[in-house]
Amino acid sequence: MSVPRFWRKLDSRYNLKGTHCVECGEYFYPPRNTCVNCRRQGQIEAYRFKGTGEIVTYTVIHTAAEGFEKQAPYTLAIIKLDEGPSLTAQVVGSSVNAYIGMRVRSVFRKLGEGGERGMIYYGTKFIPVDG
Amino acid sequence: MRDVAIIGVKNTKFGELWERSLRDIVVEAGIGAIEDAGVGGKDIDGLYVGNMSGGRFVDQEHIGALIADYSGLSRNLHVPATRVEAACASGGLALRQAILTVASGYSDIVVAAGAEKMTDVGAQEASSALAAAADREWEGMAGATFPGLYAMIAKLHMHRYGTTSEQLAEAAVKNHRNGCLNPIAQYRNEITVDQVLNSIMVADPLHIFDCSPITDGASALVLAPAEIAHEYTDTPIYIKATAQASDTIALHDRRDITTLDASVMAAKRAYEMAKLGPGDIDLVEVHDCFTIAEICAVEDLGFTEKGKGGIFTEEGETAIGGLIPVNTSGGLKACGHPVGATGIKQAVEIVTQLRGEAGKRQVEGAEYGMTHNVGGSGATAVVHIFSRER
Repeated sequence: MSVPRFWRKLDSRYNLKGTHCVECGEYFYPPRNTCVNCRRQGQIEAYRFKGTGEIVTYTVIHTAAEGFEKQAPYTLAIIKLDEGPSLTAQVVGSSVNAYIGMRVRSVFRKLGEGGERGMIYYGTKFIPVDG
Repeated sequence: MRDVAIIGVKNTKFGELWERSLRDIVVEAGIGAIEDAGVGGKDIDGLYVGNMSGGRFVDQEHIGALIADYSGLSRNLHVPATRVEAACASGGLALRQAILTVASGYSDIVVAAGAEKMTDVGAQEASSALAAAADREWEGMAGATFPGLYAMIAKLHMHRYGTTSEQLAEAAVKNHRNGCLNPIAQYRNEITVDQVLNSIMVADPLHIFDCSPITDGASALVLAPAEIAHEYTDTPIYIKATAQASDTIALHDRRDITTLDASVMAAKRAYEMAKLGPGDIDLVEVHDCFTIAEICAVEDLGFTEKGKGGIFTEEGETAIGGLIPVNTSGGLKACGHPVGATGIKQAVEIVTQLRGEAGKRQVEGAEYGMTHNVGGSGATAVVHIFSRER
């Protein structure tokens, strides 16, 4: 991914910053500027998530995505944050054995790299709460 | 709106077509379809081409113009040509656009084609191009792959409904069995459940034999207003419904991870338009990009209850001779998945079946057929219903 494209959402990626619609109360991560319920009537404000949640589903990826080859096999999960929205992220930690319903919390980690001379991407991954 | 019929069809061979280019295969499919229809270039009012990623696969955009040109429809006839893109649902949407323009009365004879040339790049580059159908910023950046996204659907389906890896494998085994009977299929070999389960793990619980392959191929259809279809063919096949629905681009934002709501809505709209229900459909081509996708599709289209897709497949209800034959072409798994062509190929298969020309894979007495084409992990779904009688 290009540097500006990644950099633009750095705050969201590093600090788990999303948005919240004051009108209907729904939280959004990844951030949305238009509320899916209220649309133009919505009132969107920034919100920093607590970073705790639960695994909805997961997989262990053996054939890695481009730029993630060194990490394979890695655990990828859909995590439902306690405020409501779900996101896609890796679950890491020594000998992580993910399961559906596992409680997790966010950590700041290296995500991947754009080749030998490319940029190193950092962002949010998750670790087990009891681990 | 006018009724619309399909009067000509053609698939190229599907597979790794090293010696042939994108324009070669689309022209073969297009000319084959217009020969089948018995129309000439001067009769053609428009051309729609489904193509997901010419830019990534062959570094070529402006696909509509390219295809019109090399089909001989540009320099003298100046036929309007439009490329349609909705990831792996590009073909289905190209068909839908063609139907709408004929139904509206704006055009009479229209070609709907689909094509993808995927093997000019390496497997890693092809996978990366396909990953662009998901949310690049919020799924891709986390390390998601397409097998990974469908694996997460499978994991929850298994957890919630007790679906097994063996049941998933049965979908691939059945599709390979059907592919053996289809001369254009990429894979014409039978496989066993054990072979699927012992093939390498791509994204747990999906093995490589749970995944559709990378394929070159093109398909084309010729459409006409129903009232004049008999002037061209003795066996026009009629469009009873065209329906499309959208859902969130990212899997994580769905109402339910194990249901493709876009499929459910597109099917509901199609059944209403055709005044038919799942019980009326004699065969269906579903979007089995992964085995779990076929399991979800038979549920989401209403052929069995949510959660029962695995056992339904295991019991043979989706085989030829079963309750609802699914993917008689071999599906995406065995026939191959040239992404932009798939939605058109599905319609070619249904037309071939409803004409009674499907040979050894013929579903006897088929009256109504359905196609189900999905983009991404379910952000776009398009469903068509076809009939032998107007």
